[in-house]
Amino acid sequence: MTASTPALTRRSALAGLGAALALPAIRPAFGQGAPIKVGVLHSLSGTMAISETALRDTVLMMVDWVNSKGGVMGRKVEAVVVDPASNWPLFAEKARELLQVHKVDVTFGCWTSVSRKSVLPVFEELNGMLFYPVQYEGEEESKNIFYTGAAPNQQAIPAVEYLMSKDGGEAKRIALLGTDYVYPRTTNRILRGFLKSKGIGDADIMEEYTPFGHSDWQGIVARVKRFAGEGKKTAIVSTINGDANVPFYRELGNQGIKAEDIPCVAFSVGEEELAGIDTKPLVGHLAAWNYFMSVPGAPNTEFKQLWQSYIKNPKRVTNDPMEATYTGFRMWTQAVEKAKSTKVDDVRAAMIGQKLMAPCGYEEEMLPNHHLSKPVLIGEVQGDGQFNIVWKTPNAVRAENWSPFIPENANRRR
Amino acid sequence: MKHFILVLGVLLWLALPARAQDAFTAALPGLAGGFGDIATSVEQLGTAGDPRALPLLRALQEGKLQKAPDGRILLPQGADLADAATGQPADAAGAETVRLNNRVRQALRGALGRLQLVSPDAAERAAAADAIFRSRSADDVKPLQTAIARESDAGVRARMELALAAAQLVAPDESAKRDAIARLGAAGTVEARALLLEARTANPGLITAIDVSIASIERTLSLRQAAETLFQGLSLGSVLLLAALGLAVTFGVMGVINMAHGEFVMLGAYATFMVQEACRGIPWLAPWSLPLSVPAAFLIAAAAGAALERGLIRHIYGRPLETLLMTFGVGMILQQAVRLAFGAQNREVSSPPWMQGTLMLPGGISVTQNRLWIIVFGIAVLLLVVAAIRFTRFGLEMRAVVQNRRIAATMGIRTGRVDALTFAFGSGIAGMAGVALSQIDNVSPNLGTGYIIDSFMVVVFGGVGSLAGTLVGALTLGVVNKVLEPYAGAVLAKVFVLVAIMLFIQRRPRGLFALKGRAAES
Repeated sequence: MTASTPALTRRSALAGLGAALALPAIRPAFGQGAPIKVGVLHSLSGTMAISETALRDTVLMMVDWVNSKGGVMGRKVEAVVVDPASNWPLFAEKARELLQVHKVDVTFGCWTSVSRKSVLPVFEELNGMLFYPVQYEGEEESKNIFYTGAAPNQQAIPAVEYLMSKDGGEAKRIALLGTDYVYPRTTNRILRGFLKSKGIGDADIMEEYTPFGHSDWQGIVARVKRFAGEGKKTAIVSTINGDANVPFYRELGNQGIKAEDIPCVAFSVGEEELAGIDTKPLVGHLAAWNYFMSVPGAPNTEFKQLWQSYIKNPKRVTNDPMEATYTGFRMWTQAVEKAKSTKVDDVRAAMIGQKLMAPCGYEEEMLPNHHLSKPVLIGEVQGDGQFNIVWKTPNAVRAENWSPFIPENANRRR
Repeated sequence: MKHFILVLGVLLWLALPARAQDAFTAALPGLAGGFGDIATSVEQLGTAGDPRALPLLRALQEGKLQKAPDGRILLPQGADLADAATGQPADAAGAETVRLNNRVRQALRGALGRLQLVSPDAAERAAAADAIFRSRSADDVKPLQTAIARESDAGVRARMELALAAAQLVAPDESAKRDAIARLGAAGTVEARALLLEARTANPGLITAIDVSIASIERTLSLRQAAETLFQGLSLGSVLLLAALGLAVTFGVMGVINMAHGEFVMLGAYATFMVQEACRGIPWLAPWSLPLSVPAAFLIAAAAGAALERGLIRHIYGRPLETLLMTFGVGMILQQAVRLAFGAQNREVSSPPWMQGTLMLPGGISVTQNRLWIIVFGIAVLLLVVAAIRFTRFGLEMRAVVQNRRIAATMGIRTGRVDALTFAFGSGIAGMAGVALSQIDNVSPNLGTGYIIDSFMVVVFGGVGSLAGTLVGALTLGVVNKVLEPYAGAVLAKVFVLVAIMLFIQRRPRGLFALKGRAAES
């Protein structure tokens, strides 16, 4: 990954230059038409680089993969990589650059909700197409965005239901811990509504937010311990994002919070995030996703092999947003082939109803609300940094991007 | 007739263990089923009274128990597998590990607790008592009473008595229950309060006794909570102190606004990672990798600091705006360089065993080991800095140059060299802070950015140029932050502290410990 970075910037610079000079390039395998351009809008520096660089690599891997199969409609696919540097307004500028200067046909990008909100008006104004691969809080629908990550009913709600079930430990009190921004706050609002509907009142819910990159968790973990010591089985629901997770889990381990007593289910912690922690004290804590690297089956084996041979490192892990990127990319190629066009309006129409046997082991379908049907999996952290799947839905769940647990959505058609 | 009774007796005697064995074999197939079945089987095995149950359950806990495709349970024996029911060697083809979830772990903890109560190892008996305390049931009363009568270790006995109280609380005996409530009240722990609160709804007749106990626990807890908050504040303060000490030298003494300070901290953390990787292959050296990384981090960060001072900063002394912008740029270059060399992912720096877990102080105050060591380390680094400045020739020259550069130069001090050494010294201290931070924070290229603002805040608040000010400033900020946190939340607590500092600086621009005399005028 590191060695390829300078080459990439050069390539993307050349791509712009090449288009400007309109030089006849030598493309023996791809005879007809100009290359199809795929924009990559992921942060390669700043706080989000830790998560987003792997997604950039996934898109580049898919570009190589599709070219090795002869391209899309016989045309070569070319990636244009830009770096929005974890800077939310810069996301909008870079999106405009991709659409107006590089004239990309489709874009894969964004991780945080705030970056997506920042580029959304640009994609709508210039009629671009964005594939957003991360689980999010819902409450959004744009004709220019395809959401390949989970909506709240495909992650948060089933996870809390699991905690309240017999197998999950019959939790009666919930501590909602999160990073202070739109995704955790909206998710927790939905969860509060859901918990109320299950008879868990405000007295049995604790809610705490911390800044991005928070590293001193002593006080909060001690308070959770006290909250749990009030006579009812307690569980933690974590929407803590990014770098703050490592010190949080260290503190859980050091204060001796065992998963048997206070299980913690996380919505933003995957294999990549666990790579920086000694997971032995965390065995039994949970994560809810739509994909784990440990999913059995041929589609996942194929995905993992593709990734590890592309990145030339047999130890690199795969995770849920990478799988969502992979699934989105493959559905996009299918839709382009079906529409026989790369025009946004044609591909959009062809996208709805696309199906793919995804690496998660289920067939996923693009729904008319631009979200995917996805299975929900609950995994337990193991000593080796992988997840052991302890619960899963029997079928793929249809996405509800407008949550019924938010009162304002009552009048919305579903 | 006599014969008949004798035969019957023998038969009964034979049948007893046979029945126990039946319970054992009857519980086995459940282990190959779903999590619910496994939990039920584990509970049955815990009460079956069969000697084979203990090794089986231990193997299950360690994740070594296998299930064959036909549902037989296989137990590891040396390098091979044996059928758990018959003890015969079995072939491992197609066997899968029996997996656990939290429900099974809970059942397992209780069952193992019951079986290990008679273990010859005191630590195991203590763990067993704690396990029973958590999983308690009325059946535990008898075995606990026998175990307590036999117990020789006072510490283990105290834990067993607590477990007994927990079990008596769910047993039918009313007078034992009253006694248990009083003993749980005297224990004064969060866990005891949880049990009492649970019992409150189940025993309406005992509510007054329970409430008395709960009130007494709450008094102990509030005292303990205050002590723990103080510790957390000191711990945060010591982290701030470590991060700011290097800056107290480069900014406080030399007056260089070094925005790359955080990146030197980050270099120190990566030095820790590199030393750990280098030691990994050498078994006798591996446990010492953390102490070894202290000098390594110092040298690497000091070398980077010296290069920065000689290469860039010395050309722009006395021009704060240029220094600020340039060091900011250097910081970004360092960050990206580390990202290219090590990757954007976090690097795992593991903690040595003596830095993991919680230490119980007298009075039931629990402090985490890693934080305790960081406080000790912070004090040690502070003493080192004070000693270096007070008692070494380098310190003397440094103070001389700061007080009056020209006169120091006429006395034969090479002021340029002293500048470089001072800056390298400050940077090296930042590197040592990185060793400590690698134990509590992410080792990632962004590590330093989170600390740069806090460090400047501490130095300015404490008083520029005063080490005592840095110490008092760091500890004050740490404690105030932690005291406010439960009321205001982590985000607002930070905001309040920032506002308070802004107001304070308005009134006392030179900070807590303002320098007096000629040095302050210049």
